[in-house]
Amino acid sequence: MSYIKKPAARHPSLQPNKLGLTVRDYEGSMSTLCAGCGHDSVTAAIVKAFYELDTPPHMVAKLSGIGCSSKTPTYFLSGAHGFNSAHGRMPAIATGAAAANRELTCIGVSGDGDSLSIGLGQMCHAIRRNVNMLYVIENNGVYGLTKGQFSASADIGSKSKRGEPNTQAPIDPVMLGLSLGATFVARSFSGDKADLVPILKAGIRHRGFALVDVISPCVTFNDHEGSTKSYLYTRQHQVQVVEADFVPPASEITASVAAGGATQVTMHDGSILSLRKVASDYDPTDRQAVWSYLYERQRSGEVPVGLLFVDERGVEMHAASKTVDVPLSKLPFEELCPGRAALDALQDTYR
Amino acid sequence: MQREVNGSRVNDFAFKLANVNGTGSASANGLLMQAIFRMGIPVSGKNLFPSNIQGLPTWYEIRVNRDGHTARTSEYDLMVAMNAETYARDVREVRSGGWLLYDSTWPLNPALARPDVTFLGVPYAQLCNEIFADARERTLMKNIAYAGTLAALLDIDMDVVQGMLKEKFARKPALMDSNRKAIELGFAYAKEHFECPLPVRLQKMNANDRSILIDGNTATALGCLYAGATVAAWYPITPSTSVLDSFTSLCAKYRTDQETGKRRYCILQAEDELAAIGMVIGAAWNGARAFTSTAGPGISLMNELVGLAYYAEIPVVIVDVQRVGPSTGMPTRTQQGDILSCAYASHGDTKHILLFPANPAECFTFATKAFDLAERFQTPVFLVTDLDIGMNDWVVPRLEWDDAYRPDRGRVLSREELESMPKFTRYSPEDELGVAARTLPGVHAKGAFFTRGSGHNKLGGYTEIPDEYQEVMDRLARKHRAARALVPPAVVERRSGATIGVVTVGGCDLAVREALEELERRGTRADYLRVRGFPFGDDVEDFLATHETVYVVEQNRDAQLRSLLALETSAPKEKLRSVRAYGGFPLQAAQVVQGIERASATAYPATKEDRS
Ligand SMILES: Cc1ncc(C[n+]2csc(CCOP(=O)(O)OP(=O)(O)O)c2C)c(N)n1
Ligand code: SF4
Ligand SMILES: [Mg+2]
Repeated sequence: MSYIKKPAARHPSLQPNKLGLTVRDYEGSMSTLCAGCGHDSVTAAIVKAFYELDTPPHMVAKLSGIGCSSKTPTYFLSGAHGFNSAHGRMPAIATGAAAANRELTCIGVSGDGDSLSIGLGQMCHAIRRNVNMLYVIENNGVYGLTKGQFSASADIGSKSKRGEPNTQAPIDPVMLGLSLGATFVARSFSGDKADLVPILKAGIRHRGFALVDVISPCVTFNDHEGSTKSYLYTRQHQVQVVEADFVPPASEITASVAAGGATQVTMHDGSILSLRKVASDYDPTDRQAVWSYLYERQRSGEVPVGLLFVDERGVEMHAASKTVDVPLSKLPFEELCPGRAALDALQDTYR
Repeated sequence: MQREVNGSRVNDFAFKLANVNGTGSASANGLLMQAIFRMGIPVSGKNLFPSNIQGLPTWYEIRVNRDGHTARTSEYDLMVAMNAETYARDVREVRSGGWLLYDSTWPLNPALARPDVTFLGVPYAQLCNEIFADARERTLMKNIAYAGTLAALLDIDMDVVQGMLKEKFARKPALMDSNRKAIELGFAYAKEHFECPLPVRLQKMNANDRSILIDGNTATALGCLYAGATVAAWYPITPSTSVLDSFTSLCAKYRTDQETGKRRYCILQAEDELAAIGMVIGAAWNGARAFTSTAGPGISLMNELVGLAYYAEIPVVIVDVQRVGPSTGMPTRTQQGDILSCAYASHGDTKHILLFPANPAECFTFATKAFDLAERFQTPVFLVTDLDIGMNDWVVPRLEWDDAYRPDRGRVLSREELESMPKFTRYSPEDELGVAARTLPGVHAKGAFFTRGSGHNKLGGYTEIPDEYQEVMDRLARKHRAARALVPPAVVERRSGATIGVVTVGGCDLAVREALEELERRGTRADYLRVRGFPFGDDVEDFLATHETVYVVEQNRDAQLRSLLALETSAPKEKLRSVRAYGGFPLQAAQVVQGIERASATAYPATKEDRS
């Protein structure tokens, strides 16, 4: 574990955002993860995304399961309510939280063990329900916290630290999410903040379930040669498919964003998501085409990254449940209890 | 129990209806039950149904008793044998001197005749084939026709029956017409061929003027509605499914915005019980009153997260409509087999608050109470009912509601309170109940903290330090203990000159009370206590302390209530004698009498059985 204090050096982004908060106000307590752990970079990107979106920290609910990755919500947004729940059970808890108070921004942080093994069912059903939340999988191909066993995302042939190859086919959260009807699917790399931050921002603003798979190497158990979730392998094999640019509603849409070959998606709050296709034949709004494209590229050993698919027309959980606009947790009792006269009338039919 | 076998018996008899599942017999049987209820006579109906949708045998039992003894009895005065497959068994079960009604379209197997039973044959199939053209209608109306025959045999008020048909089929005149025809057909045939009424018969009373006919699951759902629950998450399972079915239709009726059609509730059908309890925890953490409803198998799955709610102190309500275990067990049979697994659900040191209703009326009040207790103590509360209470229709006093009721949300800090405090810490300071104030997300930045199921200290911070960990665990134990004064008190009935005490729980209530009257007739006088909550209050301690021998009556093999009493009160185990019936049907007074007499005849611990 690294107990190195965060440098006190001044940073340009110590400028306040619209709420008068600096990036420091979006940080959490000091990380206790291994030095160099990919998860810490994801934490930094989350901090930046919320800071740039001017989100009031206390209006965020941050939830996680169990694992090194699931510890990270302590390391960002100390002003937000957090819930470090149980292994693989965060999706259900987040679903309930979102049901009770639709005004909060929900972010769930999970690991590949947490989401693809023990919690696979819950994650799939949260996708199907289209719970309005940002769901980040910090994917390192191993169970970090229990010391390096293969997880369900380890690639065939990927070697463990002891040199044993994995023989079971991996579960790919991106392909899975696409097949389950996820309305926002992205893959990124913890070492690439420039790509990750706009994806996270768009995911936060997306109305519905935003699935972000972040390859986040485990330096202690899975960063050696032969591992397909290592820094080196990912750097060598990642291929940027689309570049995301997130433009909040009030901002002017600059010419550069609107330029050349970009797909623009207007989000529910009026913000613009601009997706610049690096691969010319790529359409991030066509689910079937995205699936086939990714399938082909991944078979050839590439790791396509970017905001791979988005559909802003999806019906999120509250819309599907037809719930009132006021958060359920804030409804006055008088609007919930039918009262004595109604009970009397009802009981006249129980005769 | 003690009744005249011969001669006329008015408003004191039982009959059983043997049917085939899925043939519409439920509506005929419900009609009979409701008609008797409307005649003002104490009545109960027990549906003994198979885990099947169509084709297997199913029975319905009706007992009427002017003194209000409506626990199940297997002393059938009359059998309505409409299922050829179970015929032999049904004939055998009628008491000597009783009657058997059957479809005489086909000749009887002479081997099954009983000289001590009067056989009443009505050619239902033949009669229905003459009147009704459609095959499905013929089957359905055969069942309605026997209701008509019973109306004649038992002296059911035909005006009441006609009135019910009118209400039921007000908007379906064609159905009304066939039902009326079928009823009249059965009625007329009986009048013409048999001496009506039988010596066992009905006579109007007015015992039900202030009563309703309701099943426990509907009452539970009503309690949740009135408590202001807004989030419910569940996974379908017999016998608890109708809690959510009722909650759904009640919410649709009372919680839908007239103008927008939007809903002031959210019902989530989860992918399993692991998720159902997770959703409830998430919703409760975020400030909604939330509940789930399940049965034993679901409780097993929920164990992991029940511990999280207990340790992180999140108020959740769990309805457990018990069925027969272990494993899948017998899903459509009743039992009280989850007492211990609810009391101590989850790993590590956990202890929960349990409420044990005995009937639908208590389901309603205890359901509401469950939310108040959960929020007051910031902990899971189990409403432990069973299939008999939950799925059968019971006659209970009309439910009362006080419009002055406001939910007890417990210690939740408001925006203003947070604003004015220097610093918020989650698990201290505690009040006299051992409860610390909580905050809800989104209210104020100062209220933010990290909820966790991992080791934490009284400030809410992560810890692995023994003293800090223990300090929180000890407070949780104090909190649980404090709940003993706030759970519903036990029902205690003392009789002067009583020599023994009898303790029971939940749906055993009626059978045990009836048994105590019988025991008294046989010369043993007993005091009665019915446990209604856990942790046990001083009333329970007292009762155990003041009786030398206490018989604990319950419906499970391992004497779970007795174990809980032995563990959680200061009563010596030796004085707690166990009486159990756990085959899956609702308890009968005869079983209790027999059990107590047998147990009292053997010294403790006479058999291994008894030591359980
Ligand atoms: C029910 C249960 N089983 C097992 C564990 C032990 N456990 C803790 S974390 C973990 C795996 C975490 O892997 P992952 O989600 O990939 O997180 P990482 O540490 O790799 O970030 C396991 C198996 C547990 N906490 N709970
Ligand atoms: S073990 Fe791996 S995943 Fe866990 S903190 Fe260390 S580097 Fe990160
Ligand atoms: Mg992992």
